[in-house]
Amino acid sequence: MSHFTLSAVNFSWLPILPLGAIALGAMAIMLIGPGVDDEDSAGLGVIALITLLVAFVFALFTLGENTLAFGGSLVTDDYAGFFEIVIVIAAALTVAMSLDYVADEGMAGAEYYSLILFAAFGMMLMAAAGDLIIIFIGLETMSLAVYALAGFMRRDPRSNEAALKYFVLGAFSTGFLLYGIALVYGATGTISLAAIRAALSARMAANPLLLLGLGMMLIGFGFKVAAVPFHMWTPDAYEGAPTPVTAFMAVGVKLAAFAGFMRVFMVNLGPVSAQWTMVLWVVAALSMTVGNLAALVQQSLKRMLAYSAIAHAGYLLLGMAASPQPLAGGAMLYYLIGYSFTNLGAFAVVIAVERKGSGGANLRDFQGLARARPGLAVAMALFMLSLMGVPPLAGFVGKFYLFSAALSAGLVWLVIIAALNSAISVYYYARVIVAMYAQEESAAPARIVARPGLILSVIAGVAGTILVGLYPQPWIGAASSAYASALGRPNAKVAANYR
Amino acid sequence: MGGFWLTGLIFVPTLGALGVLLQGDDDSVWRSAFIYSLIPLAMSIGLFFAFDPGQAGYQFVEHHAWIPQFGISYHLGIDGISLFLVVLTTLLIALSILYSGGGDITMRPREFCFMMLLLETGLLGALLAIDLFLFYVFWEVMLVPMYLLIGIWGHGRKIYATFKFVLFTMLGSLLMLVAILYLAGAARAQLGHLSFDLPDLYHVPLSPTAARWLFAGFALAFAIKVPMWPVHTWLPDAHTEAPTAGSVMLAGIMLKMGAYGFVRFAIPLFPEVAIEAAPLFLALAVIGIVYGALVAMAQPNLKRLVAYSSVSHLGFVTLGIFAFDPQGLQGAIYQMLNHGVSTGALFLLVGMIYVRRHTFEISEFGGLWKSVPIYAAVFMVVMLSSIGLPGLNGFVGEFLILLGTFLHSERAAWVAITGLVLGALYMMWAYERVMWGPITKSINATLKDMTGREIAVIVPLIALMLLMGLYPRPLLERMEPSVNLMLNRVAAAQVRLDRPQLRTLAALDRRAHPGRDQ
Repeated sequence: MSHFTLSAVNFSWLPILPLGAIALGAMAIMLIGPGVDDEDSAGLGVIALITLLVAFVFALFTLGENTLAFGGSLVTDDYAGFFEIVIVIAAALTVAMSLDYVADEGMAGAEYYSLILFAAFGMMLMAAAGDLIIIFIGLETMSLAVYALAGFMRRDPRSNEAALKYFVLGAFSTGFLLYGIALVYGATGTISLAAIRAALSARMAANPLLLLGLGMMLIGFGFKVAAVPFHMWTPDAYEGAPTPVTAFMAVGVKLAAFAGFMRVFMVNLGPVSAQWTMVLWVVAALSMTVGNLAALVQQSLKRMLAYSAIAHAGYLLLGMAASPQPLAGGAMLYYLIGYSFTNLGAFAVVIAVERKGSGGANLRDFQGLARARPGLAVAMALFMLSLMGVPPLAGFVGKFYLFSAALSAGLVWLVIIAALNSAISVYYYARVIVAMYAQEESAAPARIVARPGLILSVIAGVAGTILVGLYPQPWIGAASSAYASALGRPNAKVAANYR
Repeated sequence: MGGFWLTGLIFVPTLGALGVLLQGDDDSVWRSAFIYSLIPLAMSIGLFFAFDPGQAGYQFVEHHAWIPQFGISYHLGIDGISLFLVVLTTLLIALSILYSGGGDITMRPREFCFMMLLLETGLLGALLAIDLFLFYVFWEVMLVPMYLLIGIWGHGRKIYATFKFVLFTMLGSLLMLVAILYLAGAARAQLGHLSFDLPDLYHVPLSPTAARWLFAGFALAFAIKVPMWPVHTWLPDAHTEAPTAGSVMLAGIMLKMGAYGFVRFAIPLFPEVAIEAAPLFLALAVIGIVYGALVAMAQPNLKRLVAYSSVSHLGFVTLGIFAFDPQGLQGAIYQMLNHGVSTGALFLLVGMIYVRRHTFEISEFGGLWKSVPIYAAVFMVVMLSSIGLPGLNGFVGEFLILLGTFLHSERAAWVAITGLVLGALYMMWAYERVMWGPITKSINATLKDMTGREIAVIVPLIALMLLMGLYPRPLLERMEPSVNLMLNRVAAAQVRLDRPQLRTLAALDRRAHPGRDQ
């Protein structure tokens, strides 16, 4: 229990400040909320934004720190800091695109914004977890909040269905995760991630208890990252949930799930990576292929983006399958930055285009958008191109980085599968561009009003998509040093591996 | 000329594209777009004269770190292989914009000019990049504007055509990306760091199996672009449905990117495999030549006929490349330019008649000689250039290619010659049906002849046809050192493979600049 005493000496409040800020902000909104009319809920959203800004600043301060808190249960390294920052940005953009949506759809603002913050809290907790229990608590905090958010449109049966499906399958998957945690605890005698890593040895690799535990945890995380064959909930939940919530699910939940997944498997179960990379090889190949093929035939943009999110989980898992290769972790983190900006931007455009109460935009609604709203059309085209992986946008550099990491790990066939999949994906992303530019409006033009929150999200998405792709150097640096700090070795050493 | 000449050349069109967006009415859009396209044209002509013909390697080199973690650099340069394609690109873009402003494009001119200038950036960047990552970036960048050019301003089944085009191209280029990444990874084993720099990658040792797969990855992408038979099926659709300017750019430059890719990347990077695969490519080339010609003959649609003639002409280019002979390769590069000039002009002429009649059907015409004599005369010159009449440009290229091919594969050369005959046949037959005979449709009797703008678009191309046909030396002398340098690598590989042709190629080796790249 050496880490325990170590942290007692070095205890500092800094690691929990970002988390604390979010929690306090969420509670404040709940307290103020009942006194605010639903029509004026945008004010509550602004409070949420301020909270997130404060958390963002705190998270910036934690960078470069390398401390443990609460007896090693919380870890403050650059890895946690990296995810906290990206999650806070994702949450902030979600709030920004919700400001008018929540008021328009007559949703209860106080609950909505506090749930978003609680979900962000859980997500950040997962990123900073130092033991399996904290991972679990973070996951549950996040999931419960998001289940409620998915069903937030109480009078819309699709929203109810989404919430119910997500909840039942999510609870089921959490059960798997918990079982896995218990079995790993049984095999290693500890829940501390660092201690588990230290306890793993060649002899342990064949321990059936450990292997069973690994498999169960893999299923649990597989659900949360929406990997095939654990993806069944994704299309329905994404389609039924209110669109800003869908954006938050596609980006925030995925970020957090990968934060936990990578921390547990790549970092701390790294010594036995031979036991699980083969499984991930298959899961990655399935996710890409099923996601892309199913996306081909979708008419609803939200469903298409749901399947696209499954496919992108597949690309990310390609990085995990390449785990022993130190480049892979950095590649995944970099990919997640680009993925987050691009998807948030794309969902913001979907919100702008969808008709009130329609529950989402169809491909038809995008016809003629280039003429009606050229700015939105250009932005959406950029997002689609980035998701396709067209240079010099963020999606391309991310794929490039991931593919090259996987090739260094010798996964030539998986990379070829990924490349063929990217070629398939061109079709459905390009359909959106064709609809916007080459087809004329078929129906009456959708009521598209420029709203500051939405416009802000779209602009942030565009800026991120272009900047992260065109000038990748600092982002790659941040991603690889974040991953290196989780591995607990100085950046220079990781850097040396690919210089 | 300073150190940013090539960067300027690539990005002036991008600035122009943004500048066009700021213009007010349609007239000023066309005017400013044309001016923005003249600047790179002037720059590339300057480059042509400033180019040192005695040098084989890259000139006007720019080299800056871009993503140092991955050994990716911003590395540009120009040599005797890319020089002419650069000039051709800037010329055809300027002419296409000039032509399109005359009534061919009436819908959304601002976006159209934006796409054309963005396309120019992609094309020039891909031609000037020496870093494989940079090359790939531009290679993809040029895809997007073309995709939209066909999808928005095309005719008929434009959506189908543009999807087919983009899916074919993306499939090839993504597999090429995997090959590029693998190659960069292999460079790490040797250099200690990833590298995408072409000169570094020439010396990466690869196992024969790996080299074969990598060559296949590159070759598929380039073969689709060329396009070689049997991956040519996207071409007739894309060409036919594209707007005139789009067809000109597709035929004039984008197809050349495939052939250029073979010369610049696939062959020098994997010369041993290229030698092994040469019989296959020679066979595909002659199949393409004959097949393209036969299918062109059967087309009732004038534009489709020209499109299929491209398959045939590009077969000649492939033939010249894979003959691995200095004459053959020079002929191939010359033929790329010829095809750009002649087929570009043909597409423009077909576009002009479409603007008047809104049809490409050959049966709708007949007797045009009487109503539009200038048009018919111009068409005649362009057609003769396309079929390789001595004295015009087409002849020089085809002659050199056949010369080179005869030395290496007599059989392929003979088959190619039948393609030549067929080419003359279908072109003249089409000409006869369109221009001669009585006027069968009364509407054709009142057609307006070429406008001043249309003549201004065609005259530079006809001047080039004559110039390149009568005085090829300035071009050939600039190509020669770079061509020899590239073939040197093939010859060295041949020596390593130790095959019977050793002696011929060793002789070739001596002819090239000594002491370079050995």
